[in-house]
Amino acid sequence: MKFLENLVLKKIRPNFEAGAKLEKLYPMYDALETFMFTPNHTTVNGSHIRDGIDLKRTMMMVILALVPCLLFGIWNVGDLHYNAIDETVDFWDKVIYGSWKVLPIVLVSYAAGLGVEFIFCIIKKHAIQEGFLVSGMLIPLCMPPDISLWMVALATIFAVLIGKEVFGGTGMNILNIALTARAFIFFAYPKDISGFVWLSGEKEQFVDGYSGASAMGELANTVGQGLNNPEMTQYTKLFQDGQMYDLYHSFMGFIPGSIGETSVVACLIGAAILLFTGIGSWRIMLSFFFGGLAMAGIFNAFAANEFMALEPFHQLALGGFAFGGIFMATDPVTAAQTNTGKIIYGFLCGFFGIMIRVFNPAYPEGIMLAILFMNVMAPTIDHYVVQSNVKRRMKRLKVKTA
Amino acid sequence: MPRKTAGPMKSNTFKIKKGLDIKLMGEADKVVAESNHSSVFAIKPTDFVGVIPKMMVKAGEEVKAGQALFYSKTDERVKFSSPVSGEIAEIVRGEKRKILEVRIIPDASNSFANFNADTNSVDGIKKALLESGCWPFIRQRPYGVIANPDHTPKSIHVSCFDSNPLGPDVNFVMRGQEEAFKKGIEILKKMTSGAVHLNMSAEPGAEKSFESAEGVQNNYFSGPHPASNIGVQINKIEPINKGDIIWYCYPQEVVTIGKLFSSGQVDMTRIVALTGSRVKNPKYFKTTVGAQIKALTDANIEEGDNRVISGNVLTGQNTGTDGFLGFYDSQITVLPEGNQHKFFLTDGWLSPGLSKKRFSMSKAYPSWLFPNKKYDLDTNINGEERAFVVTGQMEKVFPFDIYPMHLIKSIMYNDIDEMEKLGIYEVDAEDFALCEVVCTSKINIQEIVRNGLENLRAEMA
Repeated sequence: MKFLENLVLKKIRPNFEAGAKLEKLYPMYDALETFMFTPNHTTVNGSHIRDGIDLKRTMMMVILALVPCLLFGIWNVGDLHYNAIDETVDFWDKVIYGSWKVLPIVLVSYAAGLGVEFIFCIIKKHAIQEGFLVSGMLIPLCMPPDISLWMVALATIFAVLIGKEVFGGTGMNILNIALTARAFIFFAYPKDISGFVWLSGEKEQFVDGYSGASAMGELANTVGQGLNNPEMTQYTKLFQDGQMYDLYHSFMGFIPGSIGETSVVACLIGAAILLFTGIGSWRIMLSFFFGGLAMAGIFNAFAANEFMALEPFHQLALGGFAFGGIFMATDPVTAAQTNTGKIIYGFLCGFFGIMIRVFNPAYPEGIMLAILFMNVMAPTIDHYVVQSNVKRRMKRLKVKTA
Repeated sequence: MPRKTAGPMKSNTFKIKKGLDIKLMGEADKVVAESNHSSVFAIKPTDFVGVIPKMMVKAGEEVKAGQALFYSKTDERVKFSSPVSGEIAEIVRGEKRKILEVRIIPDASNSFANFNADTNSVDGIKKALLESGCWPFIRQRPYGVIANPDHTPKSIHVSCFDSNPLGPDVNFVMRGQEEAFKKGIEILKKMTSGAVHLNMSAEPGAEKSFESAEGVQNNYFSGPHPASNIGVQINKIEPINKGDIIWYCYPQEVVTIGKLFSSGQVDMTRIVALTGSRVKNPKYFKTTVGAQIKALTDANIEEGDNRVISGNVLTGQNTGTDGFLGFYDSQITVLPEGNQHKFFLTDGWLSPGLSKKRFSMSKAYPSWLFPNKKYDLDTNINGEERAFVVTGQMEKVFPFDIYPMHLIKSIMYNDIDEMEKLGIYEVDAEDFALCEVVCTSKINIQEIVRNGLENLRAEMA
């Protein structure tokens, strides 16, 4: 390693130091150096020893947790594509097709996001921070497979710029970056992220039964049509056993949807990694699940249409519920920060997620909007949690002075 | 732990659940060696938070042990005295002529200043403590500063164990000092309207050296560090409200106070634990406050780039071997410096993390697999400073009913009202030491808290 250390620190570094030709690009060099070598900084004030963990390790663990979703998403895009055009191909052909669709989105997301970050680092002369490592992976995973690459780039730039940098960078944002990107496309180009975009390929080639709609889209058709309406069976039958959207398929993820969100199994593997390492909050995940279950249960009990009547667990296995609850709601910067607050926040994210999904089928991805909404509400939740602590203290003081 | 009773008063056991024991290599063997003779001693005004010193002696002057060297500008009754008899060698000044050290070269005469140790009145006691330079051993919460002699505290707490990494075995250190400790406690009891609390470890046998004290409130604490922090103990027993004043003191300091009132002389000898992975032969030494570290570490530390700390790894001062034992310290720790770059795959952020150099509370590293492993940690920050990102970490090592991150942020934006509401009176910087260690964003939290307390104190004065 001495060889690399000499190369990077002695040969490359001088080109970027103050006064050298590439001085302005120092943040880019710094990113490389700190990627390869933990800096030789030692403690100056306070504790003389520090925990081994840093933000890079933390972010790496989240990326690791996202890998199952990414890999499954790649395969699933290919699998659904060949099913839709009724071609039988082997596993690797599906993976190749999926990779060809998904990897460019990943690349564009990272290139656009890191590009903005670098520019800001150069302007503001601070070190590049790790925040976008995770956002850059989350953005592709919540996009439909056929999304235009320029839209991904635009949405990413918007999210990093308006969602994060204007607030002061990593750790300062109010809204989840990935969901901001998704919401940007959703409101700027609604046609390209709803309707029949959830299957990759030319729609004309699709055989019967493959419309390109998502489960949410199919169910949205039943809203306002009442219960047990015979005309609705064309949609509801898709959710019966052995059909495209039955519980098994929805849980395993063999259904159309955003690239990374379809498989509850892959999400749960990620959840296991996040929970085990303690990087994802179990409070948020658990209460998110119960929040969703509560709303789905209420809808199921008082159903006025087929969407509401869906079995609660089936409801939760669909759409971005698992993905949102495990990877989006748990973003520590935008979630509630107090332990009690996290429970309330998670519950409401899940609760409102299902509510928006069913009541406002114009936005069939309710989870995204619910989490963004709760991101905004999180400081308020924390405020009341902290106030209760303050009140306890004041009460103690009153008892004492009384 | 079962509840224990010792003495006539009811005793209590408190279980600290949140915290972290960091197991380091280099625990001191339970033997007490005589240290080499220190050729120079120093009292460092910087050991006393918020004190601006006014010199009472000049270089070249002869002083006796216990003779005042300087007093506090804000309260000239509070004097700071020489631990040994000898000649003032030098008054070391730093930027803006700030006094950093008052150095004394000891002589062989070993002569002591004598004080009228009148124990009949509280005023007499206070006067003797102030004149002899023993008053600064008594500190107060809130703020963690030297107590104000005009106050009558609600109670006085003595933390009788040390749960810090490699912390000395206080029960062992105090062996043979029972009489002086008892005397010191008698003195403390006269200065408070409330109780004197002895806060001891719930480990069986850890209270042996403290059983001599009478008429005190015995409390027992179990659980991980910061169980021995005075702030944690007070918080569990009688949390501080705005306006409360509680004094505190440590056992060896109680002994010095006790001896003052039995002999009329100031005896600042200390038993100090020399610890840490870079110490060849970690053990206890008998020495005196202000001794040069070199006298203790001489030929007993490994060659190489070392961090020599007066105190423990969480709150101590980086003094180097040429530095001096701090006024309140009873431990010296020697660690390897961490001023090397660490390649990301072998020792850095993507490493497997199996080496003794990498400890983490988080399960992102495999430390959790080896709960009894002892670590050879260095002083590397292990990352770069960032804004707060991860939440919920500090709460795991912070056993107060306080929201640590909210309090820290209120200090960062200097909102006095908010700090009060969030409980700043209950804490001192040392209570945040573990928060600082585990912080993913590598923020110097103790410094922030210290500054916050100082701002608050200035505002309230």
